[in-house]
Parts: sequence; C-alpha cells; structure tokens
Amino acid sequence: MIQFSNYDIISNLLFATQWTILLSLAAFVGGTSVALALTAARLTRNSLVQKCVHLYVELFQGTPLLMQMFLCFFGLSMLGYEISAWSAAILSLTLFTSAFLVEIWRGCIDTLPKGQWEASRCLGLSFLQTLRFIILPQAIRVALAPTVGFSVQVVKGTALASIIGFVELTKVGTMLNNATFEPFKVFALVALIYFALCYPLSLYSKHLEKKFHVSR
Amino acid sequence: MSLVNLHQVHKYYGDNHVLKGIDLDIQAGEVVSIIGKSGSGKSTLLRCINGLEEYQQGGITLDGKEVTTEDIQVRCLALSVGMIFQNFNLFPHMTVGENIMLAPTIVLKKSKAEAAAVAKAMLEKVGLAEKFDSYPEKLSGGQQQRVAIARALAMSPKVLLCDEITSALDPELVGEVLKVLEQLAQEGMTLILVTHEMNFARDVGNRVVFMHQGKVWEEGDSKQLLSSPQTDELKQFIGAVL
Repeated sequence: MIQFSNYDIISNLLFATQWTILLSLAAFVGGTSVALALTAARLTRNSLVQKCVHLYVELFQGTPLLMQMFLCFFGLSMLGYEISAWSAAILSLTLFTSAFLVEIWRGCIDTLPKGQWEASRCLGLSFLQTLRFIILPQAIRVALAPTVGFSVQVVKGTALASIIGFVELTKVGTMLNNATFEPFKVFALVALIYFALCYPLSLYSKHLEKKFHVSR
Repeated sequence: MSLVNLHQVHKYYGDNHVLKGIDLDIQAGEVVSIIGKSGSGKSTLLRCINGLEEYQQGGITLDGKEVTTEDIQVRCLALSVGMIFQNFNLFPHMTVGENIMLAPTIVLKKSKAEAAAVAKAMLEKVGLAEKFDSYPEKLSGGQQQRVAIARALAMSPKVLLCDEITSALDPELVGEVLKVLEQLAQEGMTLILVTHEMNFARDVGNRVVFMHQGKVWEEGDSKQLLSSPQTDELKQFIGAVL
C-alpha cells in the first residue's frame, strides 16, 4: 500500500481545490447570468411571465440541490443526453444559484421606494430608462452584499458534485481517506480549505454592507 | 379653452368608491388649492390628472388631450405636467445637478451643456445655485423640496401638480418652499395643489376646491370661500384646521 505523507495529502487537496474554485466560479457566473435574465423578465409585469419565474424559484429553492444534480446527471443520461459530471454539476448549480439570486434581487429592487418609479415616470422616462438610470444603480448597491454573501452557499454547494463523481475538494478528500484511513485529519483539512475559501467572502460581504449602509 | 378639464370622473379601488363624479375646470395661470380631510380623495384626484392612477369612468383632458395611464400617454403628459411629491422623491444616487439634468437630456434629448445651463437657471430660481454638486442627502427637507421643484421646472411644464409638498417638512422650512410657489404663481404658472396650508390657499390661490367623501363639496374664490363657507362640512373643516 502506498504511504501518504502529510505533504502528499495537502498537495493533493490543494490541487483539487482548483476544481472547487473553478466550479464555484462557473456556477456563480452562470447563476448570475440566468438570474439577470429572470429578473428582467419578472420586471416586465407580464403576469404569465411572473408566474413562470415564481414557479422556477419555488421549484429550485424547494428541492434539494443533490436531487437537482441527480436529475441533471442520471436523468439526462436516461433520456439519451450524454452529460459529463462537470457539465451536470455546472448546470444544476447554475439553476440553484439563479433561483436564489432572483429572489435576493427582487427583494433589493422592492426595497426602493415606489416614489422613485413615480418620480421618474412623471419626468417622462420610459420603463427601461427608469430601470437603467434610477432603479438599477440603486438596487445594485443594495444587492452587492447579499449576493457576495450568497456566493458562500455556492462554494459549499459544489461539495455535492463529489457524489456524482466530479473530482473536486470533497471527492479527493474521500479518496484520500479511503487510502489513509485518517478521516479526522483529512476531513479537518478539507473543512479548513472550505473555510479559507468562504471566510474572506463573508468578510467582504460584511464590508460591503457597512460601506453601502453608510452612504445611503 | 381650459387647461385641465375633468368631467364626471369616477375612481374605484376595488369596492371602494374614491372619486364620485368629479367635475373640475382649470384655466391656464390659475392657482387652485384642493383641501379636505384625509381620505377625501384629494391626492387620488391629483394623481389621476397626470395618469399615475387609473380612473374608471368619465374623462380628463389636459390641453385638449385625453389623459390615460398608457405608458406612452403618460410620457407625453410628462412634457406638460410637472409633479412634486410630499416626500420629494429625489434620486439619491445622483447629485442635485444630475437630478435636474436627467429628464432634459434623456427625454428632451438636450445636450449636456444645454441641460446643465437649464439646471443652473432653475436652481437659481429656487435659490439653491450653490448646491449643484451636492447630493440630496446633504440637504435639508426644504432644500430637497426646492430641488424637486427645480427638477420639475426644467421640463418647462404647463401645469405643476403639488401633492402636500410641505407636509413632510419641519415647520420652519415650510416658508421657503411656499415662497418659491408664490413666485411661480406670480410668473403665471398654473398650479394645482393639495394642501393643508390655508393661509397660502387664501392669499396666493385663486380658487379653493373643498373635497368631501369623494366629491367636490364646495368650490369658489379662495378668499370668499374660506371666509364664508356655505356647507357645514367646510365650516367644520376650517374650524378644525385653523
């Protein structure tokens, strides 16, 4: 049996961390893009479109991320679409992330006083002009802190991708544990690395919250 | 021809009959004060005139054109109707200058330089020329409201609607805003105000409209109406506010 030194364990984990980071980034970028589109759709005040967005949000917020991943990975292959663990992980994390971001952003837009819309309308700005010049610049400031805060959930969510066989931090941790039988050491290190990724994000979110709270 | 005309306007919020057949005719240059208890429909009436609220029956015309809540219509309306709100509704992420220049540049397609010149002129008019680069939060309530007036004026409206514009102000700041309104009235601007400032309504206004239970209960020349009210309701109301 091969012996793993502490150095081996750590270097393997750090290597795997790259994939966790990459998956988090991909999910976050994907989730943000989809959430932007859905937010725009929701703002059109078309009640059918709003209902669809609402259903989407409820569906993906109300089911476990793991089930979404299973459906993407196993379900799609059953339907004849060959999908890699990497694609399935990105797809399901994107859906999951966007469902939460849409809700967060809706809250941010709703906190702006109705008078902002009315004043803009009374000055003759169209709906899109109002969004662009009045609503979004203010909503983005409010949304920044909770959005960065939510990215912590995305990072932690990537751990589930290990179950469909995507090799990232958690998966490598499991593999190393199987080889070394030192679960306490290995998983403590894994947890520590997740913490090292998430804690700065939390701090940054708090910093943003303070910064924009003062200026308003 | 009248500038603003309301003919048998009815407005419902669900089952709640808020406006019950309003007839009103306002000429250019008039200063009309709408008074009445809260819940009498004053603000709703004002908001129907510029299309912020829908009405279900009757008709409103502005300068001969029909008022609806269609987006395009409201935007055309915005060119002739300015609105000042109780809570100012300045855009907090823009400077005073940017607040005023926004609509002239985007809606009227003026150049930045032109819009800035207009903004400066309007700020001068409301006595805040030095606040061009300040942010709204740095201003007092009275100053913010004067900026809001300047912002509306920058679109050169034919009529200015004022919705309880001094109600959110500290008492000592009310005067500076009313002074600006008085000056506008003297320059011939048509003003329609929902207000609780009886002295202003009497001294500056031409006409007072007293609303009660969603109807125009009594209306007439401001000095005459306020000194010798005909109906018990108006007598009671005047007794209560003075």
